[in-house]
Formats: sequence, C-alpha cells, structure tokens
Amino acid sequence: MKKFLSKFTGRRRGVDDLVFDTLNVIFMVLLVVVMLYPMINTLAISFNDATDTVRGGIHLLPREWTTYNFEHVFGEAQVLQAGIISILRTVIGTSLSVFCTAMVAYTISRQYFVLRKFTTLIFVLTMYINGGLIPTYLLMRELSLIGTFWIYVIPHIVGIFQLIVTRSFIEGLPETIFESARIDGAGEWTQFIKIALPLSLPVIATIALFFAVFQWNQWFDVFIYNSSYPNLSVLQYELMKVLQNSNASLGSGSAAGAFAASQGGVVQTVTPQAVRAAMTIVVSVPIICVYPFLQKYFVKGLTLGGVKG
Amino acid sequence: MSLQQTPTPTAPNPSPKGSVKNPTGFKLFLRRCKEQRVLLYMSIPFIIWLIIFRYLPVAGWVMAFQDFRPARPMFEQDWAGFKHFEFLFTDPRFMEVMRNTLAMSFINLILGFVTAISLAILLNELRNVTFKRIVQTISYMPHFLSWVVAAGLVSAALSMENGIINIILTNIGIIDRPVMFLGIGEYFWGIIGLSDVWKNVGWNSIIYLAAITMIDTEQYEAAEIDGASRLQRIWHITLPGMRPVIVILLIMNIGYILESGFEAQYLLMNPMNMDYAENLDIFVLRYGINMGNFSLATAAGMFKTVVSFIFLFSANSIAKKLGEARLF
Repeated sequence: MKKFLSKFTGRRRGVDDLVFDTLNVIFMVLLVVVMLYPMINTLAISFNDATDTVRGGIHLLPREWTTYNFEHVFGEAQVLQAGIISILRTVIGTSLSVFCTAMVAYTISRQYFVLRKFTTLIFVLTMYINGGLIPTYLLMRELSLIGTFWIYVIPHIVGIFQLIVTRSFIEGLPETIFESARIDGAGEWTQFIKIALPLSLPVIATIALFFAVFQWNQWFDVFIYNSSYPNLSVLQYELMKVLQNSNASLGSGSAAGAFAASQGGVVQTVTPQAVRAAMTIVVSVPIICVYPFLQKYFVKGLTLGGVKG
Repeated sequence: MSLQQTPTPTAPNPSPKGSVKNPTGFKLFLRRCKEQRVLLYMSIPFIIWLIIFRYLPVAGWVMAFQDFRPARPMFEQDWAGFKHFEFLFTDPRFMEVMRNTLAMSFINLILGFVTAISLAILLNELRNVTFKRIVQTISYMPHFLSWVVAAGLVSAALSMENGIINIILTNIGIIDRPVMFLGIGEYFWGIIGLSDVWKNVGWNSIIYLAAITMIDTEQYEAAEIDGASRLQRIWHITLPGMRPVIVILLIMNIGYILESGFEAQYLLMNPMNMDYAENLDIFVLRYGINMGNFSLATAAGMFKTVVSFIFLFSANSIAKKLGEARLF
C-alpha cells in the first residue's frame, strides 16, 4: 500500500506527510470525478437509445448503443444552419478580433507613441463603465446591425482584457530588435507585421483561444438581437431553446413530447433529454478537443495579464 | 504622392534635445503626430469604434431621466426627472431583486475565493508533476463550456428523474425521496454558487498558483529545517505570499459586486424559483426588452454601474490606507 501510494505522491518524509499527501490525492481524484462525470454521463446518454434512457441507470456507458440521437439532431435543417453560423462567427470573429486587438496593442506598447496614455486609458476605463443592455440595444438598432451577421463580430473587434495581455507581452520583447529594424528603414507597419506579430505567437494563441471560446459559446446576442431571424441562429441558442423547453415541462415525465420516426420497420424515438444530450456533445466537443493543447499558452497569458494589468 | 510621405522611422526619444528647432507644446505634439502618423492610422479607427460602441451607450443614460418612446429622436423626449428612480426604490419587487443580486454575488465572491485559493494550495502540494498537470487540465474544462451547456448539466444532475445528486443523497439516506431542487426557491442561491464553483474553480486557481510559484523556495527550506509541518508551512509561508494577489483580485471583484452573473440565473430560472433567481440583469431584460419600458430598465442599469464604480473606488482606497497592494 505504501509503495503504491508513493507512486502518486513521490518522495515522502514522515507519517504526517504521508497522510497529507494521501488525503490530497484522494481529494484531487474526487475533484476530477466531479468535473468529468456530468460530461461523461451526457456522452453516455447521447449514444443510448432514448426510450431506454427513460428507465434510468445510465451513468458512464450507454446500455443500448445507438447513433440515432445524433442522426436526428443533424437531420434538422435548423441545426445545420445554426452550425454554419456558429463556425462562421467563430472563424471570422476570432481572426478579425485577434488582428485588430494585436494592432492596437502594438501601438500602445510603443513608449514614444503620442496617444499611448490616452488610448490605454480610454480602453481600460470601459472595463468599469458600460452603458448597459438597453442603450446598447438601441445603439445596435440605430446602426441597423440587428438582423445582420455583423452584430456578432463588429461589437467585439477589440477585447479589453486581451488588449492588456497582448500589450504587456509586446512591451516585454527586446526593444533592440525594433531599433535595428528601424535603422534598416522599417516603418511601424512593417515592424508590426514582420516583428511584433511573429514574436508574439504565444500571446496570439492565447487571445485567439479566448476570442474563439467567446464566439463559439455566445448565445445572448442571438437571443437579444436576432431571435426573429432563424437563419442567423447559432448552435448554443438552439441548445438553449431545447433546454428551456424541457425545463418548461419540469416535473412531468421527460418522455413527454417524444418524437417517433420509423426507420426500416424499426420504430426509433428521441426524447427531449436525448436531443439535449446529443446537442450538448455537439457544441462541447470542439472546445474540449482544442483547449488542452493551448494550455501552456493561456496559463502564461493569464498570469502576464493578471500581474501587469 | 511624393516620396516624402513614405513612413519615416520615428525617433523613440520623447524630447528631441539635439534638434535645431526646439518646438514646444501643441506644435511639438502636431509634429510628433505627423512623424507617427502610421501609428495613428493603426489606432484611431479603433478609438472611434470604442467611442461608438462603448461610450455612446453611456450617453444613453439620459433615457433614465426621460419617458423614452422609441419612435421619437433622443432629444425630443418628455423629461421625467427622477421618476423612474423613485419608482425603483419604492418598488417591493426591485427590493427583492436587489436582495437576490447582492446575496448571489456575495455567495459567489466568498465561495469563489475560498475554493480557488484552496485548490491552488492543494495543487501546489502535489508532488507528482504529471498527476498535477492532468488534474489541472481537467479542472479547466468546465470553464470553456458555455453556460448553456453548464446549466443543462446542472439541471440534469439535479433532476428528480435519475439526477445524480438525488440518487446519491437517497442512497446514503440524507433524503427519503427525490427533491426537486430547482423548484425550491430557497436552494437557488446555493445552486448558483456551487455551479459557479464547478465551472470556474480550476480556472480561477491559475492566478493563485502563479503567485505561489513566485514565493522564494528558501523560505520553505528554512521552515522545514526549523521543523514546521506541511500545514504550518501553508499557513505561515504560502498564504502570506499570496496576499498581494488576493487583495488585488478582491478589489477588482468588489467592483463587480452587483454583477452577480446573468446567464446561469437566466438559464436555471423557472416560475417556481423566480422570486430568488431574478437579479438586476434579468430585471433590466424583463422591463426593457420584454415590456419595452426602456427608461425604467436604463435607470436600473445605470444604478448598477454607478454603485459598482463607487464600490471599486472605496475598496481601492481602503486597501491603499491599509498599506495593501492596490489596483490603481
């Protein structure tokens, strides 16, 4: 037992230490279970026959394997359309935001820039002052952005937190590189494109992740501005509608409102619960697959922003 | 286009001492603007963007003092004075909304701080680096999920039919039969607090872990030689070492005291728990967007921002007086 434990805990010094380390490892294992169980359970339900799920008892693995829930979800034109918009807003929104934020960050990282202090101040102030929902809504209406795709992109082209993180990073780059470029006749634009951007890749990866997660997870702007434009809906909003509908039937059986479809003689059904599980997996998998690979970048980026911001 | 208009390399020295002409004040400013026009082209479009999208809505606060009708232009509205504020502060529903907002953000603040700091300390005590990294990676996962997904997972876990929480609690005998957790208003604040911890504890611990790694390791060695136990080392070295970061984050979070979150409450709310779930943001949404009472909703939103600002500055100056780290 002792040997087994020391595998996890490494070196140990006394009995106290051993007890502490053991409890700590047990706690961490519990934490991991709590973090992962809801997602694994949802995954199991999404691959389990919907009518069988109602019987209960599905925890970590599906009991009656089926891909029908996903077929049903992807069979809906509305979901496919929402998926396209989700991907578009993530790709376009992220690339535009990263480029614009990095550009502003470059200008305010130049110590000699005349508007450096002013620009920094008015950007940082917006972290604490905002007009709120209603004035913003009316502004979007005045600008005729409601009912367009651009309402997902234009209001977010510069992220304040991302700006501060990027500025701190560029300020940390050795000034001599920029100086020698200037001696070689490089203008500000060249210095930004050819030096600042390539050398800032770690921080660019970080802010790209932040923007991408924001765009992919956003549903509120769809709900507020574009709820009457179904062709501009996104996956998260479709999931939200499924969720609200099954919340509305809270208390009544989750088999209520089951859809049935005949497929080659076999009747297969889906329930709101199964649809919800399959949709949850569809919207979560892209993010879960991406973030672990960017971990070292965002940990560094977050620390940088936190210390200097 | 003459050749001279190609971007000239700008001199990084703010005062050109050696130059023949030595202009001062506004003239110098203009000259430097001309020199740095590429930097200006790169930033001014975004300054204009910022003013339109972030500062113009603040000017919309004027609506809080009007009886705003959307069909008319902004300055041809009927003035209402402080009518909407008077209505808010005498409205029993608004008082309930304030209670919910303060309660939920206070619970989230305390719970969030304690759990994130504890997790950072415990992660730091793990000796196996690989195990530590795996735990960390998994603990960040919920942060990247949307609140829509998180709320779905929470309501599934709390569900009366096969919800894992009900299954565990009935099996260990704490409750006799399944409880409809989301149908009981009194439980709502706790549910929000714990959901928030589940979603963000790993993420929030990053900054504290970074603070711990900045602590001088010699202190730990010295304490070990003096025979200090693990818990003593945590209490006397790790915690004091994290103090500046804790104070700064506390100030920042006190500035957001009326910001109890919106998505979690909105998505987990139902008619049964609404009296405990409705917070300021939902109130603004309900009055403004759903009922079209723009002026009242703006008044409530303005109240939120102004109070947050006051809280932020008070917390900052208190920290300053106590000689602690501060935000600005």
